[in-house]
Amino acid sequence: MKISELKKVSMRDTFSTALLEISQADAKVYVLDGDLATSTKIDTIATQLPEKFLQMGIAEQNMLSVAAGLATTGLQPWVATFAAFMSKRALDQIQVQIAQTNLDVKMIGAYSGLLTGLTGKSHQALEDIAIFRTLAHMTVLAPADSVETAAMIKWANQYNGPVYIRLARDNYPVIFDDQYQFELGKGVLLREGTDLTIISTGTQTSRALEAAEILAEQNISASVLHLPSIKPIDEKAIIHAAAHTRAIVTAEEHSIYGGLGSAVAEILAANKPTAIEFVGVKDRNSESADNDDLLNKYELLPTNIAEAAKRVLARKC
Amino acid sequence: MSLINSLQEKATNARKDLLKVVHHAGAGHIGGPLSAIDLLTVLYFKEMNIDPNKPNDPERDRFVLSKGHSAIGLYAVLAERGYFPNEELFTFDSLDSRLQGHPDMKALPGIEMSTGSLGQGISAAVGMALGAKLQNQNFRTYCMIGDGESQEGQVWEAAFIAPKYQLDNLVIILDYNKLQQYGWAGTETERSAPNNLLEEKWLAFGWHVIRIDGHSYTDILQAFEEAKSTKQKPTVIIADTVKGKGISFMEGNYLWHSKVPSDEELAKALNELNAVGGL
Repeated sequence: MKISELKKVSMRDTFSTALLEISQADAKVYVLDGDLATSTKIDTIATQLPEKFLQMGIAEQNMLSVAAGLATTGLQPWVATFAAFMSKRALDQIQVQIAQTNLDVKMIGAYSGLLTGLTGKSHQALEDIAIFRTLAHMTVLAPADSVETAAMIKWANQYNGPVYIRLARDNYPVIFDDQYQFELGKGVLLREGTDLTIISTGTQTSRALEAAEILAEQNISASVLHLPSIKPIDEKAIIHAAAHTRAIVTAEEHSIYGGLGSAVAEILAANKPTAIEFVGVKDRNSESADNDDLLNKYELLPTNIAEAAKRVLARKC
Repeated sequence: MSLINSLQEKATNARKDLLKVVHHAGAGHIGGPLSAIDLLTVLYFKEMNIDPNKPNDPERDRFVLSKGHSAIGLYAVLAERGYFPNEELFTFDSLDSRLQGHPDMKALPGIEMSTGSLGQGISAAVGMALGAKLQNQNFRTYCMIGDGESQEGQVWEAAFIAPKYQLDNLVIILDYNKLQQYGWAGTETERSAPNNLLEEKWLAFGWHVIRIDGHSYTDILQAFEEAKSTKQKPTVIIADTVKGKGISFMEGNYLWHSKVPSDEELAKALNELNAVGGL
């Protein structure tokens, strides 16, 4: 079945359901809101399990530090706010009190990437992977669909330590089946090809799969390696992909600086230098617009990935 | 020995230790730790339910030094209280030391939260007090902030949220020494912040406010008792203190914020403290 024909499901609704489940099942789970509950969808906790919902007001720095304090008492706080505010406004608090202390705080970066519902560049998060990736021992995850989102939430509940999960606002094609199990640090080879490998993460994975379909029509055979775990990252799978296809395209709904593409390039430069093209938002500020217009203007469409594939094939050794 | 004499002796010992350590390390803060030391001494020797041999006891009271740059003052009191051997104080700031330049909860048992970036510790203390309430635990949480630190917006984010959860198990101690690293234009030695209005601010945020002399043990002891009997809201103890307290030539002089004493200055300072007492 073509990717465009797959059912699309809301990532944030799935997150909300999974979070409600772990909040009900696990006494130590509490949910912190920075007054965006109706956007992040943690309002479900407020209405269905109000004793587990902690309104922290519009004060992200305090919210992340309070979460650190809660974690020292044996609780597992889940903080959800926009990825832009989480990664930039509260970065120092996360660094000093959550990352350096290795406390069991789960951070949900909602509305990551470019598609944030007509809110524009102040609310888009195109740097969060780069920022979180530089924090020592931080775990950085980005699911591709609703199934993987739910699997990650359940995994993070079982894991003791700080985790950043990058979520998106809208609906995405469901590419995983119900049996899917998330594994930390492991990539998932979603499509096998011989000419090049598209390495993608998060929301850009379904677009990478569509790009592979476009390429297949032009007799170009592309692998798609999805990396839900950006840190730790699957070095073996990246090196294997480079050895196997000798050409790489990275694809992420993020700046081309410091994110997945950079992580892949760091590994290949040290282990197996390979021709790479980077698909992501280039060195410019974005804006508010419809999703399709944004993806087109900022060159994140499947066709943009396919074009990058042809460029890298021209450079392939 | 009376309680107050005993507290005074502990505080004098801690003052001597922190001066010697900063002199030895060639770095560290002096003015702020000296203004805080009487308050810290009462916390660790009288007020808090703690056991140096059980630093992870879930029932223990918590203390967070939000003004983390006064670390050496806290370390001196922790050593005096028996959390670690006194000699270890002299590893302060050096490679692999548990006594980091700013408090590190991963390094030293007894440190409840890593601090150093100002404004953060108070929020973590709010989280600890909230955690106690949510789990019906009886421990109390204490946190010391500075008046310079109170220029950080996060302090007021924390001040806003604590009364919403009626955290009467939380006590903030404001070490109000009125000087900071450089400060505002003033005299040659005094450069204090204008129009702090701290008492009015905390009242407006819905806290129980107690104003005391932060070097009077009677005042400090009474304030903690009053905090314990205050219900439904958190307490802030605004303690008027003197930066560099106890050393005549350091008192009220902003230049001693993080100045290292010379051999001669150290000897003079220790002489002054010997005249007061202690070991």
